Amino acid sequence: MHSFVYRANALLTFAVTILAVMCAMASFSDNLNVPSPTAEVQVLNINWFQKHPNGNDEVSLTLNMSANLQSMFTWNTKQVFVFIAAEYETPLNSLNQVSLWDGIIPSKEHAKIWIHTTNKYRFSDQGSNLRGKEFNLTLHWHVMPKTGKMFADKIVMTGYRLPDEYR
Amino acid sequence: MGFSGKAIELARQATSLGVLVSSVLIMWKLWTLLSGSDSPVVVVLTGSMEPGFKRGDILFLHLNKSPIRSGDIVVFNVDGRDIPIVHRVVMVHEQRDTGEINFLTKGDNNPYDDRYGGIYANGQLWLQQRDVIGRIIGFLPYVGWATIIMIEKPIIKYLLIGILSLLVISSKE
Repeated sequence: MHSFVYRANALLTFAVTILAVMCAMASFSDNLNVPSPTAEVQVLNINWFQKHPNGNDEVSLTLNMSANLQSMFTWNTKQVFVFIAAEYETPLNSLNQVSLWDGIIPSKEHAKIWIHTTNKYRFSDQGSNLRGKEFNLTLHWHVMPKTGKMFADKIVMTGYRLPDEYR
Repeated sequence: MGFSGKAIELARQATSLGVLVSSVLIMWKLWTLLSGSDSPVVVVLTGSMEPGFKRGDILFLHLNKSPIRSGDIVVFNVDGRDIPIVHRVVMVHEQRDTGEINFLTKGDNNPYDDRYGGIYANGQLWLQQRDVIGRIIGFLPYVGWATIIMIEKPIIKYLLIGILSLLVISSKE
């Protein structure tokens, strides 16, 4: 009962169990954090707005976003993945979500963001329903921990509208 | 110890081994049930979701009927590929009358979405809810390396089984 193998086995099992408990506690501590992010997105310009030969509308816009996501970071946070999506409905689809821009915030110091950019990904529709379309812009964030449970949430900003005519 | 004594000892060891194996099986099946997915854990095999998920990390899955929304990180299978892929949903179109959802995925670290980047099957434009094995809800770093090593260098797997069998046999004495 006191051979090397038994002792090594007991030690290893104990070590792994302790490690698992520590990971669980670290993850649990994230629940105590209440994030209070702020964000503001403006559509500065509609650069162009066309209908493709395949029948799908596409629009290019320039966005300006300022946001403060510092309250999301805990000691157990590896990074926060942020993205802006346009949400709208059409006669065919009750919900459309199109991701326009995304970024990774590696640490709390980088969490006060200000970006001015054209959409990183194409804003295109399934069909040609975008003329005069009212849409929401949502800022989503995904808190990716060093270990454990991931948290995701979003802020919805309403009141945006695409032009009535192609340009 | 007579012959019957030895037989009892053997039976005792076989029973405790059986109890151990079945309790592990029960816990695994319970986990599968609670997570709603056939494989509640996956190992990250590629670098397409770095720096968030690195090769060798373990991801915990959960599957329920709630509709896929953009931002979800999903695990899915593509026809013709044997390993499941873990990417983020970037575009969602939900049809009004059928409720059917078509969505597009992209790896955080990939320059192009999965349609343009050749991940989907030829001519496939969208994924459907039924392609999804599960949604990622949690993660543990580094633990998956044991699995990767055993898959990529099977000799290590045989070596390990060999050593363990040797230990079990030798401990009976």
